[in-house]
Amino acid sequence: MSTTKTRDLARPAAAKATPARPRRALRGSPTFNFWLFTGPFLIGLAIFVYAPILWSLWLSFFEARFTVTPDKFVGFENYTYMLTNDDFVGSLGTFTAFAAFIVPTTWALSLSLALLVNRLRFMRAFFRSVFFLPTACSYVAASLIWKMSIFSGVRFGMMNTVLGWFGVENIAWLADPSPPWYWFVIVTARLWLQSGFYMILFLAALQNIPGELYEAAAIDGAKPGWQTFRYITLPQLRATSTAVILLLLIAAYQAFDEFYNLLSKTTWGRPPLVELYYKALGESQDYGSGSAGAVILTVLICAVTLLQGKFMGFGRGEESK
Amino acid sequence: MSNSNWSRRSLFRAAAGMAAAGTLAACGGNNGRGGGSGSGVNLTQYFHAYGEAGTEQAIKKYAKAYDKAAVTTQWITSADFESKLFATLLTKNAPDLFEFHPQIQLIKSGQVADLTDIVTPVKDDFNPADIKSHTVDGKIYGVRMIDDPQFFFYRKSMLEKAKVEVPTTLDELAEAAAKLTTGKVKGLYMGNDLHNVIDTMIWSAGADHLTEKNEIAYHTPGVIEGLKKMRKLFTSGDLLLGAPTESWDPSSLNQGLCAIQFCGMWAMPGIQAALGDDWGVFPFPKTIDSGKQSVYNGGWSMFVNAKGENVEAAKEYVKWLWIDQKKYQEEWATDFGFHIPPRTSLAQTATKLKSGNAAEGVRLFNEFGHFDNIGWTQAMRTSLEDVFANSVRKDMDPEAALDKADTAVNRELKKLFG
Repeated sequence: MSTTKTRDLARPAAAKATPARPRRALRGSPTFNFWLFTGPFLIGLAIFVYAPILWSLWLSFFEARFTVTPDKFVGFENYTYMLTNDDFVGSLGTFTAFAAFIVPTTWALSLSLALLVNRLRFMRAFFRSVFFLPTACSYVAASLIWKMSIFSGVRFGMMNTVLGWFGVENIAWLADPSPPWYWFVIVTARLWLQSGFYMILFLAALQNIPGELYEAAAIDGAKPGWQTFRYITLPQLRATSTAVILLLLIAAYQAFDEFYNLLSKTTWGRPPLVELYYKALGESQDYGSGSAGAVILTVLICAVTLLQGKFMGFGRGEESK
Repeated sequence: MSNSNWSRRSLFRAAAGMAAAGTLAACGGNNGRGGGSGSGVNLTQYFHAYGEAGTEQAIKKYAKAYDKAAVTTQWITSADFESKLFATLLTKNAPDLFEFHPQIQLIKSGQVADLTDIVTPVKDDFNPADIKSHTVDGKIYGVRMIDDPQFFFYRKSMLEKAKVEVPTTLDELAEAAAKLTTGKVKGLYMGNDLHNVIDTMIWSAGADHLTEKNEIAYHTPGVIEGLKKMRKLFTSGDLLLGAPTESWDPSSLNQGLCAIQFCGMWAMPGIQAALGDDWGVFPFPKTIDSGKQSVYNGGWSMFVNAKGENVEAAKEYVKWLWIDQKKYQEEWATDFGFHIPPRTSLAQTATKLKSGNAAEGVRLFNEFGHFDNIGWTQAMRTSLEDVFANSVRKDMDPEAALDKADTAVNRELKKLFG
């Protein structure tokens, strides 16, 4: 469509504009544009993420009590202390049990919600918003509502009121570890807070499944419902499922807010971050041991994530389709 | 086209302007350090959020009345106070002065300034136990603002109705709790985590936290027996558990959720307003036969950040408010919650503490009181909290729980005292 004449006309104009108008330069230099737009982010990342990680690594080899600029090198002493500290090691076990439950439960609930909302013929946006809204709530606020209103241990707590109608005695949901009702409180809080977000991811993935697949399956005699879900929907969601499980696992490792706020200063139900906070950082100000624990945890998260990605084929979603 | 360009450029300029304005604003007043005073010195002080109405306003009123520096107050949610304080003390944003409890770790790490020179002239007017609990190697590191005895509060009418005498032993307390428990009221509330009764239980078992030589003194047969009794009480069903507020707040007693509650003297005006004269106080009962009733004399002290930029100005302010301004000190101790002024001259003349349950609280303070040991640090406290969590709230063998605490406490002692 272009002619030589038009190209000839265009070239001098561009040449004039380049040195005179930076706006044109921005368009003309991809490298400059790359650094312009990613530079601030990378600087922030370096200052607020990588520098603290490196600092933490450095601190983990020093006796850093009540200071973050220590001078007494202790080698691997902090690592030995943390790895032989049964509270810290126990917190890893607590977390494993928590993750083993919360990850599949949240996955199943999010997927179920997405399937339900996707099937709706009316008020879909309303229900999508209703399920998504808890994501906007802070973990601290939700924890306080759960602790002081719904699962308060006194007779006017919501759950105890309901149980009272059936003649059940008040339950101290969070104050008494036997039986461990606190897990019920923690898990329901996390499900409420997280499911909506992952529902949106599944909803997007569901809407990307070509309708022709279902039509072809129907022609081939596949029954709607479980059979279609099992052999078409679920495989098509594999990439999203893998990503969701990965995100859920990382989120479980990073669990802090609801545990900290719901189980104030207990010795049970402590995930690693809460354990590190109490035992090493927080009030004890033992930044050396705390950093060693953080490094151990980071290595563990990386290892588990890589293994999980390899096991579930993360990044091979397109091939699996 | 040109309009569009002009518009984009304008937007860019506006955004840049706003960013610059934001930067300037950040450098200005909203940095928690106030707007400056005639002298140009700005001081920041940290306070934990007291529950009694009017306390925050009072502290800010005192700060405003000081004319040699601009004093800004940060009123910090109680649960976050310690962690925020400790973390901030490591930074350049650390407060110039802050309230806390005397703990040797603050001194060993050079975080608090020596206040001997401002306290010495009035040293004899302070409660000697308060001076002792703030002294290391002959130097005084904090000024006590208030003493807070902690004991049990009870509903007289409920005990009379259940024909229960005021308990003097831990066994009697457990029996009383059982008799006082009805369908809607639990006999006893000691907090959801029981942390506030740890110290008193140890003293009531005839033990202590540390010896004079800073060695473990809490690991005794009496304490083990006490832990077993506390476990029995915890599982009896007669304890209020899962209350909306912790034991420092008298709401559980005031709202009729329990008949007896562990709390502090600060709660007296609130309890009086809610229950009239239908209440009394008693100390933590004897844990074992050879033990003795006890009261924890808690409280808060003012410290100066030794690494701050305005150490001398902060010391001047501490002297002005917590040593010279007796009127403010009495108001702070008795106009909101009730506290005992650490200054003997004030404690003797504070009219609100002369009668009724307040006077009884002062008597318990004098007769059964135990003060903070400056060598007993926050990390050591946490170790004993874990003992209670493991052996009283869970079913761990008390001996094993104490052994575990010994390891942690000895690690602390070794690092602090060699």
